[in-house]
Formats: sequence, C-alpha cells, structure tokens
Amino acid sequence: MTVTSNSGPGSDVEMATDQISVVIDGVEMRVPKGTLVIRAAEQLGIEVPRFCDHPLLDPVAACRACLIEVEGMPKPQPACAQVLSEGMTVKTQYASEVARLAQEGVMEFLLLNHPLDCPVCDKGGECPLQNQAMSVGRPESRFDGEKREFEKPVNVSAQILLDRERCVSCARCTRFAEQIAGDPSLELLQRGAKQMVGTADDSPFESYYSGNTVQICPVGALTSASYRFRSRPFDLVSVPTTCEHCASGCSLRTDYRRGVVTRRLAWDDPDVNEEWNCDKGRFAFAYQTHGRIESPLVRENGQLRVASWPEAISVAAQGLRAARGSAGVLVGGRLTVEDAYAYARFTRTVLASDDIDFRVRETSAEETQFLSAVVAGSPVSATYDALESAPFVLLIALDPEDESPILQLRLRKAARRGTDVRSVGAVASPGLAKVNGSLIAAKPGDEASVLRGLSGDVRALLATPGSVILVGERAAGSAGALSAAAELSRATGASLAWVPRRAGERGALDAGALSGLLPGGRPIEDPAARVQVAAAWGVTPSDLPATSGRSGVELLQAAQDGTLRALLVAGVEPGDFPDAELALAALDAAPFVVSLESHHSAVTERADVVLPVAVVTEKAGTFLNWEGRPRPFAQVFRDALTMGDARVLAMIAEELGFTQQADVRAIRAEMGALGPWTGARLEAPAVPAGRVPDGVVLASWRQLLDSGLMQDGEPHLAATARPTVAVMSAQAAAAVGDTVTVSGPAGSVTLPVEPGEVIDGVVWLPMNSPGCHIHADLGVVPGSAVRLSAGGAS
Amino acid sequence: MPLTPVITEHWDDPELFTLAGYRRHGGYSALSSALGQEPDAIIATVKDSGLRGRGGAGFPTGLKWSFVPQNDGKAHYLVVNADESEPGACKDIPIMIANPHALVEGVIITSYAIRANHAFIYIRGEVPEAIRRVAHAVREAREAGLIGRDIQGSGFDLEIVVHSGAGAYICGEETALLDSLEGFRGQPRLKPPFPAVAGLYSSPTVINNVETICNIPYIVGRGVDWFRQFGTEKSPGFKVFAVSGHVNRPGIYEAPLGITMRELLEYAGGMIDGRDVKFWLPGGSSVPMLTAEHLDVPMTYEAMAEAGTMLGTGTPMIFNDTVSVVKAVTRWLEFYKHESCGKCTPCREGTYFITETLERFEHGHGTDREMETLADLCGQIAGRSFCALGDAAATPYPAAMKYFRDEFVAATTTPVDEQYDPAASYVFTGAAAR
Repeated sequence: MTVTSNSGPGSDVEMATDQISVVIDGVEMRVPKGTLVIRAAEQLGIEVPRFCDHPLLDPVAACRACLIEVEGMPKPQPACAQVLSEGMTVKTQYASEVARLAQEGVMEFLLLNHPLDCPVCDKGGECPLQNQAMSVGRPESRFDGEKREFEKPVNVSAQILLDRERCVSCARCTRFAEQIAGDPSLELLQRGAKQMVGTADDSPFESYYSGNTVQICPVGALTSASYRFRSRPFDLVSVPTTCEHCASGCSLRTDYRRGVVTRRLAWDDPDVNEEWNCDKGRFAFAYQTHGRIESPLVRENGQLRVASWPEAISVAAQGLRAARGSAGVLVGGRLTVEDAYAYARFTRTVLASDDIDFRVRETSAEETQFLSAVVAGSPVSATYDALESAPFVLLIALDPEDESPILQLRLRKAARRGTDVRSVGAVASPGLAKVNGSLIAAKPGDEASVLRGLSGDVRALLATPGSVILVGERAAGSAGALSAAAELSRATGASLAWVPRRAGERGALDAGALSGLLPGGRPIEDPAARVQVAAAWGVTPSDLPATSGRSGVELLQAAQDGTLRALLVAGVEPGDFPDAELALAALDAAPFVVSLESHHSAVTERADVVLPVAVVTEKAGTFLNWEGRPRPFAQVFRDALTMGDARVLAMIAEELGFTQQADVRAIRAEMGALGPWTGARLEAPAVPAGRVPDGVVLASWRQLLDSGLMQDGEPHLAATARPTVAVMSAQAAAAVGDTVTVSGPAGSVTLPVEPGEVIDGVVWLPMNSPGCHIHADLGVVPGSAVRLSAGGAS
Repeated sequence: MPLTPVITEHWDDPELFTLAGYRRHGGYSALSSALGQEPDAIIATVKDSGLRGRGGAGFPTGLKWSFVPQNDGKAHYLVVNADESEPGACKDIPIMIANPHALVEGVIITSYAIRANHAFIYIRGEVPEAIRRVAHAVREAREAGLIGRDIQGSGFDLEIVVHSGAGAYICGEETALLDSLEGFRGQPRLKPPFPAVAGLYSSPTVINNVETICNIPYIVGRGVDWFRQFGTEKSPGFKVFAVSGHVNRPGIYEAPLGITMRELLEYAGGMIDGRDVKFWLPGGSSVPMLTAEHLDVPMTYEAMAEAGTMLGTGTPMIFNDTVSVVKAVTRWLEFYKHESCGKCTPCREGTYFITETLERFEHGHGTDREMETLADLCGQIAGRSFCALGDAAATPYPAAMKYFRDEFVAATTTPVDEQYDPAASYVFTGAAAR
C-alpha cells in the first residue's frame, strides 16, 4: 500500500513526526497526525470494506461501504474520509454491531442493481465486490424487483469498454482521469440509480493512462478490448516484471496462461510508478509473439537459410575473427544492462575494438562527452520522490507525457502540490498543460542560447534547494544544449537528470556499451580504469583498446565507405537513425553482418548470420530507469528455449577462445564487483550554441503511441493513438488552412493542421507516426528548416 | 395568537416588487443604518436576535456568519439558497415574487457584515417569475446605487449575481448548490472543509435561505428587542408559514414562532368540508408526519423536535381522511428516488429498493416481511447517506408506520385505490368542479 506518498490528507511525510494515539477495535496505536481511519486499520491488519477508496486518489466517501463507528459521533462515519485525532476510539465491523450492520446494508444496496454475471465477467475471481459481498454482505438478497439495465458494452475509447449495469458509481475511474492523468473526459452522467460513467458524445476517453481505470475498477464495469473474455484470473500465473517500453522503469505484473501473456498490470512500486502505468506498457506486448525469428539463419548464395546453432555460431565467429580490430557494434537502446554489458565486454575483448554505440537516434560528440562526464556510472540523484517535493522543475527538450509517461504522472502530482514546472521548448504540449507548466520559448536548436540567457528569476528558482533540471535525449540534436544544461546545474546547484526515451539506454551507458566508456562510467583512456576492467575480465590491460572508438554514425559511415570489415548489430531498427538510408547502405556495404534479433527486420534481411534472441519474457535482466535505479526482472517463461544476447555472445566468444559470462546472475555479480568509477571524470562539454536556420523550423518528438515496432499487433491500442497532425500557432494555422504540406529534402507530408501553443516560425510534427515519419518522409530532424505550403498544394 | 405580517406586511401593494414601492414602505432604511455600523456589530446583532435559519435545519444565523474567518485577506462570498424544491414548501418563491427588494436589501446588509463583495442568488430554475422579479430588483438596486462600487459612500463594494438552477432537488443541498454554481454537476461535497472555510471557489462562504436573509433588514432596522418579542427563547421571531392541503384557504400566513397548527388551520379557513385532519407535516416531505393529536404543539424548533418531528421549512401540509398514507409515502419516495443525485450508495440504491417495494404495497401486493424489510432499509439509509437527502428519504416510512401501521397491513391484501377513492381527495375548482 502506498502510504508514504499518499496524496490524501495527512499522509505527507513531513507530518509523520507528529504522532497521535488512537484506539481501533481496542488496540492502542500511534499514527501520524492526520492519518485516515482506513489506513490506520490496514496497519493493524483490519480490512474495512471499500470501493471508492483508493490511497492515491482524494477521498470521496461516496460508496459508504467503509462505515465504522467513532466513539462520540452519533452516526457511523466513512473510514476512508475520517481523519484520526488524538484519543479517537474507533470500532470497525469486528467490534461494532452498528458498523457491521451499516456495512451489510450498503453491500445489500450495492448488489441490488448489480447483475449476477460473475461467471462471464472478467473481474470474477479477483473482484472486490465479489469478495466483499462474501465477507460483509447478507447471505441472500431481499430484492426481487427489476434490476436496472443498459445496452452493453459502451466503448468509452477504442480500448476501454464499459458495462454500465456493473458499475457501482465509486468514481475511481473518473477521479483517476481527472486527478492523476489530467484527462477529465470520463465523467459520471445522469443521476440517482440511472447514474453512469460516460463521456461526452464527441469526446472519447482519450488518455495515455486509460488502462489504469480497468485495473482500479472494483467491479467488472471497465474492461479492455485486448483482455475482455480472454481468461479467468484464477487460471493465470503472475510474475513481477519491469516494463521494457521506456525509461520510466515501471514495475509490472505479467499474467500468462499456457505460455502466452494474456495481460500486463501496473504493479505497486511507491518509489517509481506508484500503482500506475501507461497504456503502451500495459497493452503493447503482442509484438513478443508476432513475427519472431525461430531459428538461426545463415546466408548462402545470397539467400538466408535455416541453420543449426553450432553452424551459425561457427559462421558468426569466423566472420568476426576475420574482422577483429575492424568490427563495429551497434546495439539499440532496448537491451538489458546484463546484455549491454556482454556486448561491451565482447567488443573490447573478442573484437579488440572500442567501436560500440547504443544510440539509434540523433547523437553528437557533445552528447558522448556529456554522458561520460555527467551521467555514466553516477549515483542516483534526482528521483521521482525528489520531483514530488521539488519547488521547481525545468524541462529541456523533453515532453514527459510522450517520452516518459510515468515521469509525467509524478510531475503532475508534484504540480498539483505547487511545483513550478517550466519547459524550454517550442511547443506548449497538452502534457505541459497537465503539469500546470509554462513554456520558456526556444526554437529547436536554440535551446543553448535560451538556457544561457535565462532570466535571473528562473536562475533564482533553480537555485532553490531541491530544484531539478530534466534534459531529454533530443537535446543531443541541439548544439550546446547539453553543455548549457550542465553549466546551469553547476551554477545553480539544481540537480540534473538525463531522461532517455528507451528502456535500455541508461543501462547500456552504465554497462559500457558506448565508445570511450568501460562499465561503470570508466573512461577507456584512463589507464587506472583499464586496469580495473582488465582484472575483472581476466585479461591484461594492454589487451584493451586504449583510445576511444567511433560513434554509431561514424561506424555506419565507415561501413559504407568500406573501411569497416564487420558489423555486429542487435536490437536496431535502421529507420530510427536520422539518416536511415546511410544505415541501410552501411549494412549493405559491410562485408560481414551478424544480427542478434528477436524479430525479422531490415537488419536481418541484410545480415550474413542471424541469431534469434529472447524477448523480455524469455530472460531475466535489469533495466536502469532514468533515475539510474536498477529495475531487475525475472524470467516469465522459465522453460523458454530462446537464449538471451549475453548467452549467445558467450557462445561466439567461446568459439573464438574467449570466456565471458553467459548467465545473468554471474554478470550481475561481475558488474557488482567492478562497481562504479570513482576516479577522474571527463570535463562536461562546453559547446557553443548552433545557428538556427532561417524560415520555418521543425519541432518534433516521438508520440507515446506511434509507428514503434513494439506496438505491433495491438490494434485497439493503436486506435487510441493521437491523430497525426501538424501543430502550429493559431496565426500560422489560419494562414495555411485546414491542411498543410510540410516539405524537407527527402520529400513532403500533407497533414491536417491543429492550432496550438507553438512559437512563431515553428511547426510541430510527430516524429514517427502513421503518415508522418520525418526521417524517411522528409529527411529532416528537429531543428531542420522545412517549407510549408497550404493544403495539398506543393 | 395574532398574525404578524412583517415580510408579507405590504403584499397587498401591487407595486411592492418595485424599488419605489418597497421604499414607500420604508425599504432600504435598514441598509443606511447598517452601512453606518461596523460589520462585526451587525453580526453581533443577528447573533443576539437568535434568528435561526429558515431553510429547514434551523441553524443559528449569526453563529454561521461568525464561522467565516474575518480579515483573512481572502474573498468572501454570500450565497442565497433560493432553490426552494421541497415538496410542500412554497414560501421563498412567493417572497421573491412579492417582495424581492427585501431579499436584495438583506443580501447587501449580510454581505457587508461578512465582508463579501460578491453575492449569488441561486434560484430554482422552474420559477421564471421569481427569477424575473429578483433580477429586476437587482437591476433597480444597481441603478439606484444600492449595489456596485462604494455603496452610498460607505466604501463598500458589492455585486449580486442572480443564477438560475436547472431543476435538481439536490442543488438545494448547500454544497451541491456550490458545485452547481461553479458549473459542475450538482452533488454534495465532502465536509470538512465546511463552506464557511472553503465554500464557493474554495473561499469562505455563507449560504443562507431566502427567508432568513429577508429577516435581516427588519432585525437590523427595528432591533433585537423588537424581534425577540415574537416567538420563544429558543425560536425567536416570526415565520412565513405556507399552509397547503385540504384546507379552505391555503396560502401564506406570517405569524410568530410558537403558533399552533390548530390556530393556523383557523386562519386557513379550516378543513375542506369540515373533514378530519388525518395527518400533517410541519415543514415539507422531509420531516416526519404528525396527526390530529399534535395540532396544539407550538410551531417552534424545540417543540417540534420534542414531538418527534422538525419544523423544517415551516410549510405545513395538511391531509384529510380521504388520503391513503401508503400512497402519500410512495409518492414522496418516488420523488426522492427521482431526485437522488447518485453519489452515495444508500440514497441511490436505497430509494430505488424502497420505491419498488412501496409500489407493491400500493397495488395490494405487500407482505408482512416486506414491512420489516422497509424498516430495515430506512435504517440502512438514515445516518448512512452522504447528505441529508438520504436521511429525508428514510423519514416518511417510519413515521407513517408509527401512526398508520394498519394501512400497510391492509395494503398486503387490497390495493390502496380500492380502499381510498382517489377522486375523493382531489379539490376541484372552476369548470372541473361544476
């Protein structure tokens, strides 16, 4: 139960020192002043029945299921809203006949209009109404009148279905939508027994967090299209896992039946995701079973053919041996820490190279230096909890709602308590409005100048103890932005956190999957660092490369111009590189390509050896979230035959006479023994601001729900994605009309126009959504100049 | 006990609703006196007068005002509850139609006392006549400089907003009224915080009934001693009684608190056709019914409580012996079921269950067991619901059972329309009577 970070009255941490004495069911106890009866009773193991109560939602006291007796009060009081005061004596249903009868009465009322369809209801078996009807309800109903009926189900969104006759009007879903998500389009309609949850006719329940309403619905009124009628809860096996979709690092519960994942739920982690997750994390798991590579493939006569594992490993090993010293490694941002570590070691030892990069996106040398100096191997500083109590949060090139949705929820929670949020950017997005944030206008590419020219007011706010700067991965594409962020943090004392988008980026960084960096943030050019790592890896320091290798883009260029002899590629979608054509050309040109991949892709099509690897359900591992907090997870399918990347790499290494750990636990032990770097770090970069092009400049980021490959196979989720539109200022929108054609060097897209709070001279497009893939369609990146023309005219 | 027309004194003047008409009878003289006093002095006067809220609960008005934190630098609001919707209650609406300036003057004085610069009059939407009259009075008062900036050179600013409700009984519940006024669905708010601390727009707010506010100019103008000469120690002053039902002259009778129903009946011309009083309710359907044996109980807050009921809105409904108690209770419960806001379970589902069951009794299909069930259900609502609407819905049945159990027993075998000819209880006038 999330008590310490409860938003309800009185659970604030600062009040915890002020203790009062109370008596519940004859048991004397001390609780923080302001504690609610229901929370205190929980601490004694007394479960007062409840429906509307939720520790993370404001009390509403509507369902009345938790009525208890308070000495000196004439009427029974709702335990969910009754604040304890010094000396208060409370009797629950176990000690008070009044409370017991009151609860029984409410339960009888709740069941009046509730259908007896438990055998076909998704919630049956894990239903608070079912359970509490058994524990505090009457054995038999006295009601034999007509029950209320509704047409069923109603789609409140493409994903969320509502069976109104099952609803007990607890208002958890509507309060979640309004208070937590900030998407208040779900409301209670009508009144009395006709009251129901619903939406306005023209506005579905559009929220990135809509699935949480299904999870907190205490009856089966809200169900998801993806899980409805799929299984019974008592047939499911549940495993605690970590979400692989972004760097928020949510705890999940993965439920499976007969070897197939049926659903994923937000799991309770007060430090990270509290009890929430986003719809991508909840619903996007069909990709795990669709389009998998089932066996190793080897290219023969230009064609890929199925091969045995020993053969494929042997071919891969021979090819890589031939390229030793001239092989590059590209690992996407989705690997676990353990797998990334395996690549880091494999590259430095087996391939005798420092040519490795995990960044499949826009990058820069400035970013590499920034990550080495400020982020890699550094201890957790800014945390979710720190945000909650931060007086001021500055966002740079980051839209948390799209790019780190649980960070968005915590920021909203903080903002509701008064945290001042400002965003350095060109677009006041819907997400920014939900954190009461305001925009510090900066054209894409101009962030550094704006940061260096911040007003004294903002600098003073940053200097307030507890203030936080959050810089997104897109800052890498804006010259000087990361330098300026680091300067600002140093000058004001505000803590600085880098918020990548993909789940594996921070882990890959700390594991050493970036040229110039050995595990734990060790600079490869530092002899002491090489000595430590060589000892851990059982090699001599002179065996390790002593100079920094090349970045991912440099490797692609080297492969294209024929100077690189092999590429080892894992978890990379070439279209994610800003220059996708370069990536494909590099793969075509490289003499030898080994691909470790779970799904068929543009990389596997071009590979010489394809080695199938596990997805997250088939292996154990760890992600480091944006805080730098390890999020370990267990293997869901214990009998899965597919191997993880680390094990496959260990096999190749062994073939070549090297030894490296194949087992996740052994890798964790090795990494743990090595620990983080405590020696001298690189200087933070000091790059000047770039020049913003003339004319209209593109602002863009990836929307949470877009064309991402890991959302494949889930049409209901896809249908809840935001529409693909071009957003521009109302004035600019009026000038171009209903549709606009945006053109770049590679082509153009024509999209509906949506007026929004966008600074002049900027147009916003989704980076990778259906109908608009800015890299491939336009050949541009954020900060590029684009041309606009009205309507379909070119 | 003689009638004491105060608010209703000049209702025979067809111009009373205008500023000129109101002034002709001394209107707005209390305002001048009030603006010459310290706000706290007015609060003290109202406290000393012992005026109790006329909306139904009878809470001491001066005490309510004093809960508003003074000099806190926050905006304060006065909200007048003019959403008169209680079945059987018809007193605020006639007051607003006949004497709207008394309300406006009361609003100005009260706002001055509680240091509010904005006042809202939330009027039941189904009564456009009242809305028109009050809006007209506010307009006239503004034009005359009685509302606006620096009223009569006092430095006191006030704006009055007349707001029309949209037809929900629940919006007469003060916190639901505030939600409705703010543009939300009208549903009661969780207390604490109480409106005096965080009411309209989370600011300190006083919510008073129309009649309560109309008392203010007279108390301020004529003094505490004058006011206290009427009524009793615990129920001082006079009351606008709206008598309805099987009486010859239903209507408004303003009399000191403490008058009896028997006296009021006399003023109202006695029972139609001289029939017997079967049962009566002192103040709306939400208070327990009484019988003929209670006709001499003084109409005060305390005596009514002693008799097991409440003065409520002070709008007695009198029923003669042609009326089936079972049918009356069923109609009331149908009302509460229809008007339940749906927020809390006991009221939302309980009124549904009770109504379904009572309708069976009405058709002669009740059972002994269901009589017990109904009593249980009322017990499961009373004191367990979120607001007083649920409590009110749980009131009629137990009171009816107390005095008329036999009728429910009869309704286990015989439809009530066979026991009581529905036509016998109708009062036909005009063409229909002929």
